[in-house]
Amino acid sequence: MNKQTSVINRRDASTAKNATRLMIWALAWVLTTALAAFGPKVIWDFHTGLTILGVLINVGVGFGMIFATKRHLQRLDEMHQKIFRDAAVLSLGVGLVIASSYELLEDIQLITAQPEISHVIILMTLTFLVGMIAGHRKYR
Amino acid sequence: MKNRLKVLRAERDWTQAQLANELEVSRQTINAIEKGKFDPSLPLAFKAARLFDLSIEDIFEG
Repeated sequence: MNKQTSVINRRDASTAKNATRLMIWALAWVLTTALAAFGPKVIWDFHTGLTILGVLINVGVGFGMIFATKRHLQRLDEMHQKIFRDAAVLSLGVGLVIASSYELLEDIQLITAQPEISHVIILMTLTFLVGMIAGHRKYR
Repeated sequence: MKNRLKVLRAERDWTQAQLANELEVSRQTINAIEKGKFDPSLPLAFKAARLFDLSIEDIFEG
């Protein structure tokens, strides 16, 4: 029984380790996005080489985050994979529908402000979180 | 989907964690299956049938 318990703990520890790794990649992506967005104005005064480097680092870290997400998903069991996938589908769907309507609002002059991609990213993140919480509650 | 997983587990005096370990899933997944909230995939149902030395139909009802 102790052996079995330790196997479960190793599996859970591995999943937790992958989740932590994913969180670090996500945080790194947010930080490099901020660097690419504000670095040219605040730090290096629009130096072209540094600006390109900032964007390349941001894209590279973004791909790292994608692979970390894939690895994390593969380590989950089938119920948790379903919860994750359902939340991702909800997030993608809501993001697509709201982003297209949001863009339309400016075109048909219902709003004057330029639609920002960051608003859509925030919406998709919050929708994903709601989907994950709802999924865990559903199967509790 | 109704199933006899909880009864079969209790007969062997196993915890949910032990069964989860045998089937290589999380304890939460075993709990959800026992409560009929989550339907296992066919491979997982076969794995459970092999573990209890029963047919799938003996464990899971349609």
